[in-house]
Amino acid sequence: MSENSPHSDFSWMIGGPQGSGINVSAETFAKALSRAGYYVFAQIEYHSNIKGKHSAYRLRISNQPVNSHVEAIHLLSALDEETLVGDLYHEFPAHPGHAHEIAPQGAILYDREHSKFAQWIERKDIQLWEIPYAELLEKALAESGKAGQARAYRIMNNSMVLGASVGALGFDFDPVGEAIRESFGSKAGKVAEMNVSAARYACEYAQENFSRKTAYRLPPAPPRREQILIRGTQAVGLGKLQAGCGIQTYYPISPATDESVYLEENQREHNLIVLQTEDEVSAIDAAVMAAHGGVRSSTSTSGPGFALMPEGLGFAAITEAPGPVVVIYQRGGPSTGLPTRWEQGDLTFALAAGQGDIPRIVMASGDAEECFYDSFDAFNYADRYQLPVILLVDKHLSSSYQTVPVFDTTKLKIDRGPVFDPSNNGHGEFFRHAFTPTGVSPRSIPGQPGGMFWTTSDEHDPRGHITESISNRMAMMEKRMGKVDLAGREIPNEKKFSLFGSGKTPVLALGWGSTKGAIVDAIRRLDPEGRTYSFLQIRMMRPFATEAIRALLEKAGKVVCFDGNYSEQLARLVRVETGFLPQHRVVKYDGRPFSEDEVAVALEHAVAGGAERIVISGGRVVGPEFPMAEFDRMVELRRKHEKMLPPMVPLPPGYNR
Amino acid sequence: MGTATELNPYTAQDYRADIHNDWCPGCGDFGILSAIQMALAKLQVAPHRAAVVSGIGCSGKTSHYMNTYAFHTLHGRVMPCVTALKLANHDLTVLGVGGDGDAYGIGAGHFVNGGRRNLDITYVVFNNDIYALTKGQASPTIAKGEKTKSMSEESIMESLNPIQLALACGYTFVARAYALDIKHLVEVVSQAIEHRGSSLIDVLQTCPTYNDLHSKSWYAGQVGGQPRLFKLDETGYDPIVHNPADLTEVTQKKAQALLKSQDSSGRIALGVYYKNEVPTYGDFLKEKITALADKPLVELDLYHRDITPNLRGLM
Repeated sequence: MSENSPHSDFSWMIGGPQGSGINVSAETFAKALSRAGYYVFAQIEYHSNIKGKHSAYRLRISNQPVNSHVEAIHLLSALDEETLVGDLYHEFPAHPGHAHEIAPQGAILYDREHSKFAQWIERKDIQLWEIPYAELLEKALAESGKAGQARAYRIMNNSMVLGASVGALGFDFDPVGEAIRESFGSKAGKVAEMNVSAARYACEYAQENFSRKTAYRLPPAPPRREQILIRGTQAVGLGKLQAGCGIQTYYPISPATDESVYLEENQREHNLIVLQTEDEVSAIDAAVMAAHGGVRSSTSTSGPGFALMPEGLGFAAITEAPGPVVVIYQRGGPSTGLPTRWEQGDLTFALAAGQGDIPRIVMASGDAEECFYDSFDAFNYADRYQLPVILLVDKHLSSSYQTVPVFDTTKLKIDRGPVFDPSNNGHGEFFRHAFTPTGVSPRSIPGQPGGMFWTTSDEHDPRGHITESISNRMAMMEKRMGKVDLAGREIPNEKKFSLFGSGKTPVLALGWGSTKGAIVDAIRRLDPEGRTYSFLQIRMMRPFATEAIRALLEKAGKVVCFDGNYSEQLARLVRVETGFLPQHRVVKYDGRPFSEDEVAVALEHAVAGGAERIVISGGRVVGPEFPMAEFDRMVELRRKHEKMLPPMVPLPPGYNR
Repeated sequence: MGTATELNPYTAQDYRADIHNDWCPGCGDFGILSAIQMALAKLQVAPHRAAVVSGIGCSGKTSHYMNTYAFHTLHGRVMPCVTALKLANHDLTVLGVGGDGDAYGIGAGHFVNGGRRNLDITYVVFNNDIYALTKGQASPTIAKGEKTKSMSEESIMESLNPIQLALACGYTFVARAYALDIKHLVEVVSQAIEHRGSSLIDVLQTCPTYNDLHSKSWYAGQVGGQPRLFKLDETGYDPIVHNPADLTEVTQKKAQALLKSQDSSGRIALGVYYKNEVPTYGDFLKEKITALADKPLVELDLYHRDITPNLRGLM
């Protein structure tokens, strides 16, 4: 539990079956809070399922910037019994509900219809607040001339649960009501009003009955400022739009698809072609050829999709295409793995994918802001060095909303790299793969007079014709691979890594990607003065800032490396690149992202002389006995209680089966 | 088409790259290459306004012999490659070339969906029933029970009928030609390029090195006292869908093409099997992205976009 709660932070969760509208409720609330000036970090855990399986959305609300979620929940709003006690209808239950996550004196708002299950909760140090949602819904429906139809309109429970939370928290209802209206768009006037009305009844009920009992309150809102509430898929999409991306290709895959869908929604306005292909092989090849065709191009996928792309990656590299930009939204692997859960398991794969030596740039964004600026930079690198650029993001970044300052586009400059100039082509013949001092050859654009060229996925000569010559082979290998070195020299260190803190502290945390938020927040909590901990975030994995990073690692008393995978992939990379092995390697491979608390306990454990390899799950350091013990505990829990029924998601009123 | 004039400045020679050709002597590919060059000259497509995209295998080398923008890509991936090149610049004449294994085997998924897309491209498939560059293994078009001298055993799989597959996929121009009948092939390739939509030409191609079954003399031979090869347009066959809105006519034209593609007599029909001019993928894109009606994507200024409204929407 966050130590500065409840003064600066409030942690709220809404849980329920997928398809019941908890996403809308959480995002509506987040929007209202953001507009009120709060800093918000919103994190969702959901199943690979459309309707019925459990989903939980966590909002961390603060009066100072927040970049991660915390373990403790101050107020839990439950749409169903599973949120209270877990999926005890499964032979091997997947989770025990969320009651155990409630902070002492924290509260659970639940539906009177689930009171039987609330009694199963064994904790005595939390408050259980029961709400007669059906009665309140009936009141709202009666107003709209729909008395007696509460059963049919149960789908509106998500709005009521939000309303009840707002009431219990003492937050002003009106901005939330307004956000609910907005969430219905322009068309659903009457339905929107019914939802607002139902939410208001729930809010009033909670105000009357619970708001005085609450142990935790929202911190006072900080002064309002211009900020946006954004998630990674949108930030990457906006970065691509700003960069002038002309063709985005994709094949649907969780959790990457939302980015392409976002871009599809922007096609007309921004003159962008989004091409949905038959598979990821096609997606990357089309992106490579679009780049050859003279437009900036990209594709977005996840691990299983990227597993089909190494062929195209090599094709891009050997034909020296200016791109594409490949964004990988990592999820739990291997194979189909955990389609909607977090993992940082594709770092090694992204660096090595493909046969032979493939020049590439590999970068990793740590938060929504970096997703935007990194996506923009990626296209410049692709054009400047004519190679594929991989941007690693992950499920946590893709789906977590956070409040960030409005992106500053004024300093962003497009660099399209060396291009063929027909008016200045002395010898008259254009060689697409000409040997040049930098290794980068000017490129022409198909359709351009005088710029005709050949290129091939075979090894080739400067004209682009096949050759198996020894000297040409060596020269071409050096040309292509040398471009990575060139990028290493030209790209400034500030784009390759970020140092938080002085770097002269006894402990240096090392991490990458979305662990950034949890590490930054944990260090701020453990060490507000910055005396003990610094944090080194690796942002570019190839080219790697070897010298500068080695110097920082060697200067630190103790290095604690954080990896969201089993095999310590960042630690291994750092060792390969610098020869330095971090003294402690913290790993998490349970499919869930690091919370602030988890980073904090890992750091404290390392400082206290913990093991070299530290395994984290469920908010704590765990031993080898943990997974099986937890597994057995959950089966035991199921045996203890009478059998539950699986969840049922109500259909919209009037829906015809 | 031999001499250049002021009005017709390009001859077939202008599309020939000055490079040694390493196909086997007598290869059917020479005929297809010449026909493509002659068709481009016939249509007077400026070399720099044409792009030839090839797959992998003997046919893959075609792009190297073309004096156009030329991309020798990956095995099976011709369709994704031509698709993107055409989307980047819809004013280019984009031709895909590849083998039968490339198109109908490893690239089958792309072939299917490329047809559905009906982008204005032409795909010329060099069909010699075998994988020649790897020394003659069976390809998807070799018939069940057949065994070339390069195969150790006869094929025990059904062969794939490219015409029928193309019809099912949605290609709006479907033709078959013969590599050694260059005059006819030039005509078919020209029509395919001129056709607005996805065009498939399955070209029967001899491989003198590995395919001893379907040789020049076999194609020149007779079936039941009739020449094995015959031209559809000499039989009064009408491949054209005259009213694309009439779905009955569309189905009838596909059905007659399907029947002709596997003539029960064992004879092989050459020519255009099916042609239906309907709006292309590009036409639909222009409705969505109206700027494309004026200019191809590559010529649009995409580098000064204003994302402020997007950002406002997130506040």
